[in-house]
Amino acid sequence: MSENNFVSPQAVKRLKKRRGVEFRFRLWGQAAVGFALAALVWLLVSIVGTGHSAFSQHFMTLDFELSETTLDPTGARDAEKLRGANYRRIVQQTLYAQFPEVTERKAKQEVFALVSASGATNQLRQMVYQDPSLIGQTVRVTVPTSDQVDQLFKGYIKRETAEDRRKVSDRQIAWADTLKERGVIRKKFNKILFTNPDSRDPELAGIASAILGSVMILVVAFVLAFPIGVGSAIYLDEFAPKNKFTDFIELNINNLAAVPSIVFGLLGLAVFLNFMGMPRSIPLVGGMVLALRVFPTITIATRSALQSVSPSIVDGALSLGASHTQAVFKQKLPLAGPGILTGSIIGMAQALGETAPLLMIGMVAFVTEVPTSIAEPATALPVQIFLWSDSAERAWAERTSAAIIVLLVVLITMNGFAIWLRNRLEKRR
Amino acid sequence: MTDTNAKFSCRNVKVHYGDFEALHGIDIDIPDRGVTAFIGPSGCGKSTFLRTFNRMNDTIDGCRVSGKILMDGNDIYNKNLDPVLLRARVGMVFQKPNPFPKSIYDNIAFGPRIHGLTSSKAELDALVEKSLRRAGLWDEVKDRLKLSGTGLSGGQQQRLVIARAIAVSPEVILMDEPASALDPIATAKLEALIEELKERYCIIIVTHSMAQAARVSDKTAFFYMGDLVEYDATEKIFTNPSNNRTQDYITGRTG
Amino acid sequence: MNQITVYMLMLICALVVAGFVYNRSQALTKFRQMRAEAGGKLELSSWHSQASYHGYFTGWLVIFVTFTVFIAGLLLGAQSGGGVIPWVAVMIIAGVGTIFLCGKKISGGFRARTYVERFVHGLLIVLSIIAVLTTLGIILSLLFESLRFFKSVPFMDFLFGFQWSPQTALRADQVGQSGSFGAIPVFAGTFLIMLVAMAIAGPIGLMIAIYLTEYASAGVRKWVKPAIEILAGVPTVVYGFFALLTFAPFVRGFAESFGFSVPTQSALAAGVVMGVMIIPFVSSLSSDVINAVPQTLRDGAFALGATESETMKQVVFTAALPGIIGAFMLAISRAIGETMIVYMAAGKAANLTANPFEAVTTVTVQIVALLTGDSDFDSPKTLVAFALGLVLFVITLLLNVVALTVVRRYRAKY
Repeated sequence: MSENNFVSPQAVKRLKKRRGVEFRFRLWGQAAVGFALAALVWLLVSIVGTGHSAFSQHFMTLDFELSETTLDPTGARDAEKLRGANYRRIVQQTLYAQFPEVTERKAKQEVFALVSASGATNQLRQMVYQDPSLIGQTVRVTVPTSDQVDQLFKGYIKRETAEDRRKVSDRQIAWADTLKERGVIRKKFNKILFTNPDSRDPELAGIASAILGSVMILVVAFVLAFPIGVGSAIYLDEFAPKNKFTDFIELNINNLAAVPSIVFGLLGLAVFLNFMGMPRSIPLVGGMVLALRVFPTITIATRSALQSVSPSIVDGALSLGASHTQAVFKQKLPLAGPGILTGSIIGMAQALGETAPLLMIGMVAFVTEVPTSIAEPATALPVQIFLWSDSAERAWAERTSAAIIVLLVVLITMNGFAIWLRNRLEKRR
Repeated sequence: MTDTNAKFSCRNVKVHYGDFEALHGIDIDIPDRGVTAFIGPSGCGKSTFLRTFNRMNDTIDGCRVSGKILMDGNDIYNKNLDPVLLRARVGMVFQKPNPFPKSIYDNIAFGPRIHGLTSSKAELDALVEKSLRRAGLWDEVKDRLKLSGTGLSGGQQQRLVIARAIAVSPEVILMDEPASALDPIATAKLEALIEELKERYCIIIVTHSMAQAARVSDKTAFFYMGDLVEYDATEKIFTNPSNNRTQDYITGRTG
Repeated sequence: MNQITVYMLMLICALVVAGFVYNRSQALTKFRQMRAEAGGKLELSSWHSQASYHGYFTGWLVIFVTFTVFIAGLLLGAQSGGGVIPWVAVMIIAGVGTIFLCGKKISGGFRARTYVERFVHGLLIVLSIIAVLTTLGIILSLLFESLRFFKSVPFMDFLFGFQWSPQTALRADQVGQSGSFGAIPVFAGTFLIMLVAMAIAGPIGLMIAIYLTEYASAGVRKWVKPAIEILAGVPTVVYGFFALLTFAPFVRGFAESFGFSVPTQSALAAGVVMGVMIIPFVSSLSSDVINAVPQTLRDGAFALGATESETMKQVVFTAALPGIIGAFMLAISRAIGETMIVYMAAGKAANLTANPFEAVTTVTVQIVALLTGDSDFDSPKTLVAFALGLVLFVITLLLNVVALTVVRRYRAKY
């Protein structure tokens, strides 16, 4: 071997090869990052692309004549009778009045199909029920169009498609266009999505009950998981003797954090529903199951927050005559507070996205009313997404994606806040 | 202007970490063969300076080196010179022994393998043996070459690391406080090894121990606050330094 | 949960707060009195606990007493009908009584703080034990229901049978017939999808970890890391919808352009999307592991003239290997336990195949399919879900425990 091994032509050649390997390795790294980012972008673009249009919807503003002869021929104004009255007839007549030239029965049905039948009738029924004095008057009301008309104007039902292959007929398109020209049909912000519970009609389906259900579940989960998570972290880190049993507890917590979430669903089903006999589909049970699911996350975060507080803080407090418990609760815990908060937010975000355990305890019920307590059947936002995703129609895909956008915005806000908090902490240290 | 016998000629070498200037323009010529010691109080820049000779500073974010460092008359900060080649010619031994989590054999063979120094298994075996012999470790480990290098004692690990550096046949070996993690007996062995190696290699050693510098080095450079204060034959520095600050440091008044 | 119980809980809270406030002020008054009697100077040793600890002591005791009354009332069915008034009366008497008894105890020598701290310790221990109870609850409930299942279907037929058609067992004449509950096709489907997912997430997650820890500049890292963390925060149901709406049709179209006919639901579509979901999991665990490799090892390799990739592949990777294996095991555990993606995109019919373009089913899919809807808790059709859950739990438990031990030992080394 010569001393000048490295400036020899072979060495230079070999170096070129090595640099090539180096370059390709780096490229693989960039490609991997690129793949992940591309997947993220594709996911977001696909969801936002499908769902963004659901935040607006087409509505019809019409003058409905609430004729007494149709609604209350006896004039008794009996509340029960008013509930069951024939509002459908009024909606029909109002729509037919827009196109007096249409007389054939089949064509009339098609005209009526332009409006959301149950949406319009329910709205009128509600108004009359609350204020029976409206009977006999003409009221101007804005009601949703049927989902087909909405999809047509949003461009998802293509006009160039052959008539027999789309759900809207040529004359319906013509009528809808006329109504739009007359200013009857207008595009507005879709309040329904946020204020309505679930429905069988896509144009009337909303996520109000799902959001409320999720909020209830999260509240229950937090109330249970926070003390359990923080309490066991404090115990393990500050008070527990180092022995086999505490090692076992620690292993248990770390393992629970990695147990598949569906197993917690099975636990909830077997213990809370079968053994304790609690009702199915209620947020209370959902919250209890998710509390067990996420408290290990909070414990792990709290422990690392506690461990990052300098031990000299506790020593200092002890030297001033505080008891160990006082030192931990009054000195150390407040300093670990932001770290604990970060962990709790991440844990709650995890709970908000969980679906499988909720399916196990029956939270897949079709809930058309907004729940008022944690002991009433409800659904949760991710479960609502799951339920809607089953329907193949375009209008449902749009609404599902919109619900996902809402869920993602909440989750990204929560996680972003947690990351921001964590970065701030790291900077301070 | 340049000493023709010098291995390294440094002119106005400055090192910045971000906005902080760690070295304020060092001029020094380091002879081929023999041991040159860098001494000085902590934070004086001696380790930083040592790391400029094999461009290890390149791996630190925000570190800049300016000025000229010539090795055998060639600028080692030349843009066309790959630091990979330079580092094969300038080996380095660190403060803490850092054997790779591999067998003793693979530790030594790591350098020759990546640089493609040998063409057959027999040649590699011979090179491993030669390197271990030169590092004075062969007799202690020849029966357990397949065992992990991390299982050796601290002194053995440090000699293993030296053998690993020797295996790529460098011209220079940089040592950054090589004995600071070792006990006195291991230190003595290491110093004896340095004594042997200086016949073949140019050795630059950074040390905290003035006694060690006096024992092993031929020339000594004293650094203070990022400046080279005095550079001379070791004997002269330790018996009759020309600068007051050197005097203060070696007599223990500062440092 | 009816309204009365909610009001009772509120009453308990009120009693606790009242007890705390009242007895704290009592303690404060007594303390001032004693100080005045002692002429303004009180020996430190003659007053053991701060006033607030007397308050806490009362509060804890009130919680304990009133909760006993509360639970007793619930068990006796007092929440409806004529039981309400006595229940409320007993609650108030017990609560107020406790407050006054505690108030009597207040004195300089009463070690309220010691008792409160003992309470707190006890409570913390109870909270920690909930983790153990949860695990125990999982094991017992799964075992209990599984054993009921194995009464009608032999254990071996379940674990090694090749025929999976649990729905047919609904017909009375087929209940318990051997062959219907052979879970091999389900396990095989789970394994196939896990392989596809790990083939994506393993190399990509690892390369991301390497790139971000060793190559990327701080500026790149600052943006890329949170972006990848977003992938981790996306709920699985969203991935499932993405697989269903976008990715599965894409795979089908892609395959059809080569002349293959592929069902919409396929192991590939579900597996790839699941792989994407697991990427951030693998990359963040591997980053931790790679970061834990000491810098001195990297320096050693660089100083020998190794390039970054040589250092990475031959030194850092070797050193980090146990930790990376641990991370991969946790990722595998995650992949086989994942439910929503596979339920929405993989298929529900059992299919014993190694072809990723076909629809397969998994353990989790079957659990959901068997347990949603009307479940009759005595038919093997529902009970088999618990047997599947038991298998899932045991396998993930083994993976987790081994991985956690490996990672912990690895951390201890560096």
